[in-house]
Amino acid sequence: MIYHSILIPFMAEKTPMMELTVNGETHRVPEETTAQMLLERLELAGRRLAMEVNGELVPRSTFPEHRFAPGDRVEIVQAIGGG
Amino acid sequence: MSSTAAAQHTPADDRLVVAGTAYDSRLLVGTGKYRDHDETRRAIEASGAQIVTVAIRRTNIGQNPDEPNLLDVLPPERFTILPNTAGCYTAEDAVRTCRLARELLDGHKLVKLEVLGDEKTLYPDMMQTLKAAETLVADGFDVMVYTSDDPILARRLEEIGCAAVMPLAAPIGSGLGIQNRYNVLEIVDNARVPVIVDAGVGTASDAAIAMEMGCDGVLMNTAIAAAKDPVLMASAMKKAIEAGREAYRAGRMPRKRYASASSPLDGTFF
Repeated sequence: MIYHSILIPFMAEKTPMMELTVNGETHRVPEETTAQMLLERLELAGRRLAMEVNGELVPRSTFPEHRFAPGDRVEIVQAIGGG
Repeated sequence: MSSTAAAQHTPADDRLVVAGTAYDSRLLVGTGKYRDHDETRRAIEASGAQIVTVAIRRTNIGQNPDEPNLLDVLPPERFTILPNTAGCYTAEDAVRTCRLARELLDGHKLVKLEVLGDEKTLYPDMMQTLKAAETLVADGFDVMVYTSDDPILARRLEEIGCAAVMPLAAPIGSGLGIQNRYNVLEIVDNARVPVIVDAGVGTASDAAIAMEMGCDGVLMNTAIAAAKDPVLMASAMKKAIEAGREAYRAGRMPRKRYASASSPLDGTFF
């Protein structure tokens, strides 16, 4: 993600970032990001999906309050064709 | 839930009961390998299946945000969605997958457990399968379990509390037909839960044979999806399952070595 250079000091100061691994890829998100915020950021909010963090299921009802920790491994899954 | 056509042809006392729910159709179908969602939907309509398997996989991030979801095509209000653990090689991964599926489907407890042991044959790893089945049953899941055709292991899975045992007839996707009739027959004879042949069916006669042997149902995917005309094959499978079931219930004639005339021998005038 490319920020305008003038914003970088501002953002670095105001919103410390952390790294998460989401479906195998590294994502930088603001600290204090919740599961719900992550889904909104990824344009997945409201979709029929399920999430686990570090191998543990995160119930959908807890998405608004579930906060990630730096380095969390997040998996977001859905149903696809299979036999 | 019930398609009216199936309901008319299925006597109320001859429905497939899995984990307390009765189904008019004894054909269970997968949703893999179709060209697109539309073909999937048309084939499944033609099959008359009410239980439909799906796989659980990572959501694509940042690609096609408007891509239609399989569950929009197969609404869980209309079909019993059977999430599978395909691709899992350990009990742990299978259990994780089932827990995600249950959450995805709003607490729906029915799952198809399969823990694979080998990429070439896709035969199940039965040690891991037994372990996963124990964990899932204890966790409240209704487990339909893909198993080898070993009657002793099938019985063990039933004892653990699985809702259905699903022996393979031949390797997944092979289309070889029922290669192990006497093993499957032994499993059918011993079982008090539904026995559903899962994997190996290639064409309609294979499905009919499984049903004539007394299996409670057949689960298939590739036999329909890889046919030249999947929708027509889905229709053929529906009929084969119904024909095989009726033949089983009717009770076939005994096999005889020599001929037995169909027309009376008395009253001939020549």
